[in-house]
Amino acid sequence: MKLKGAEIFLECLQREQVQVIFGYPGGSVLDIYNHLYDAKIQHILVRHEQAAVHAADGYARATGRVGVCLVTSGPGATNTVTGIATAYMDSIPLIVFSGQVPTLLIGNDAFQEADIVGITRPCTKHNYLVRDVKELAVVIKEAFYIAHSGRPGPVLVDLPKDVLRESTEFHYPEQLAMRSYRPTYKGNKRQIVRAMEEIQKSRRPVIYAGGGVISANASKELLLFAKKLNIPVTTTLMGLGGFPGSDPLCLGMLGMHGTYWANMAVTHCDLLIAIGARFDDRVTGDLNTFAPAAKIIHMDIDPTSISKNIKVDIPIVGDVREILKDCLALISKEKIKKEGRTEWFAEINQWKTTHKLAYKPGPNIKPQQVIEKIYEITKGDCIIATEVGQNQMWTAQFFTFDRPRTLLTSGGLGTMGYGFPAAIGAQVAYPERTVVDIAGDGSIQMNIQELATAVQYQLPVKIVILNNHCLGMVRQWQELFYDKRYSQSLFHTHPDFVKLAEAYGAVGLRASKPEEVETVIKKGLSTPKTVIMEFIVESEEGVYPIVPAGAPINKMILL
Amino acid sequence: MRHTISVLVDNKPGVLARVAGLFSGRGFNIECLAVNETLDPTVSQMTLVTRGDDQLIEQIIKQLNKLIDVIKVIDLENGDYVGREMALIKVTVDDSKRSEVLSIIDIFRGKVVDISPHYYTIEVTGDEDKIRAIIELFKPLGIKEIARTGKVALTRESKDRKA
Repeated sequence: MKLKGAEIFLECLQREQVQVIFGYPGGSVLDIYNHLYDAKIQHILVRHEQAAVHAADGYARATGRVGVCLVTSGPGATNTVTGIATAYMDSIPLIVFSGQVPTLLIGNDAFQEADIVGITRPCTKHNYLVRDVKELAVVIKEAFYIAHSGRPGPVLVDLPKDVLRESTEFHYPEQLAMRSYRPTYKGNKRQIVRAMEEIQKSRRPVIYAGGGVISANASKELLLFAKKLNIPVTTTLMGLGGFPGSDPLCLGMLGMHGTYWANMAVTHCDLLIAIGARFDDRVTGDLNTFAPAAKIIHMDIDPTSISKNIKVDIPIVGDVREILKDCLALISKEKIKKEGRTEWFAEINQWKTTHKLAYKPGPNIKPQQVIEKIYEITKGDCIIATEVGQNQMWTAQFFTFDRPRTLLTSGGLGTMGYGFPAAIGAQVAYPERTVVDIAGDGSIQMNIQELATAVQYQLPVKIVILNNHCLGMVRQWQELFYDKRYSQSLFHTHPDFVKLAEAYGAVGLRASKPEEVETVIKKGLSTPKTVIMEFIVESEEGVYPIVPAGAPINKMILL
Repeated sequence: MRHTISVLVDNKPGVLARVAGLFSGRGFNIECLAVNETLDPTVSQMTLVTRGDDQLIEQIIKQLNKLIDVIKVIDLENGDYVGREMALIKVTVDDSKRSEVLSIIDIFRGKVVDISPHYYTIEVTGDEDKIRAIIELFKPLGIKEIARTGKVALTRESKDRKA
């Protein structure tokens, strides 16, 4: 059967079981939109292409499936760049399909032409320009395979208009033969044995788990592994939810805004077991003093992550779920006994009791109080998205994440404006679940236009604005490291967020006093509509502990 | 330390840009680069020379391998290899210098590939040291222009090399 490129595109998406596309139409993709008119795939019309990518990203993080976006050429495509870079840094599987001017016009500075393949080369896992309709089906198949296999990541497929209009015989390949791309899933057996021997010898081990645990769906295996061997677990921001936050073995997050005891435990451990993590600078601080006495085991699917920043003693390349399964098999086969590690746990408990995560209540609402209240009322049974900055760090510190895929946050790139569209994506995937975006008054304004999207599709996303009338994290750094010179970080005017919500057809609520917090959260969460809950919070509140950039992580500034 | 790295890639548009972009984006340096089709027209071979300590070279090789279009990466420094560059050198000549120029060419087993009343264009191939040496010898005589290729290299067929 002969099909047009645009039809092949939609046919391929159906074969890949795509249920939803986040997109925005324009000249170069009109042929796709024309066929989409009759297709069964749901399309969410966003209000800005950046939000389409973040929404697809939120959808992917919440479900584990590949997120899909569709945008037009030129500005449509360039608007996706921040979203793509966000997904790339956090290894999120998504595909951006961008329109392109007809092949004959490429390179001619045609109307709405941009070399998006060139622009996105460094921030995609891979990208394609489809030059011939005959390649289209294979390219789409490869794009999906590349996006979700190995270390996942975003893929961009650029579709010139003429390719979408030409016809060819449609054949969707069953299998792919890619000679140059074969990710390693199984960990090396000998390395695994060596790792288990080290773990047996260790008296003060710590597991440092990252986002790889979540993307590999390895939470269950990690929990068993930690329990059977009795090893405390700290997670990165990306790893939150990968290990139950309420488990006694959980030390919380480590790094720049990590818990005192997690940073102390890592600094004093004799064995660090890194699982699906990449020794990011926000985690390690000063590399020379990071886990100085520890041997390091590193399990990761990406060989480039190993020994990139820190010399690793026992690298194990592979899917962390597969590796942990092999470790567990070894534990039961060799009848490895659980070590008591009483001294080590006593020491950790000592750190835990001396410097708790805390804040001082005052006459104004404390942002941490809002986050704790949301946890208390939802019992953690919700999906939380965050923006970037103080709102993000307080969420990481004061919300307990027990399950994977319940925190959507831009960890690597640190993209303000990510949270709200990501929450929209998650809500599209799970219409019945509670999805909350915890935002600041700065970041929410970076994609506030998506209120129209949320209202149009009746998505009951809850936006919590912790309004401190400033760019809180910037202000905090200026307070601590720039002599309190608050250059361009204070907002003197804001829209009335309650009225703004109402103008879009959403619901707006506001709390200004600590005693109003609970009522507003309860009312907001029980309203089956898009809701903005604005909390006027203490503007001088800081995120503590904080490790100054580049300092050793045990040198924290504490509250 | 300098490493000569051979990279087999899919012969597709944009692959060179991916490799070059990887080096510039991550702050690796390329001292020279040669790209050509192999016997299999769907495969190209890049030979590049870069510099770094062991950890950096390991990272460069891993990052190259991570590119979807890269089929195989070989660090030639892990074994014996033959590496050659070619240079075209346009040397100023007059009657007094002609025989000196010709004898240098002879010693270096070069060739004169173009002659005009005032210039010889000389072709010479060899490893870097040889090319550098002949250029140094011609300098005092007057070099008008130089064009050089990057290094191309093949492993030697000895038994104990590792990929």
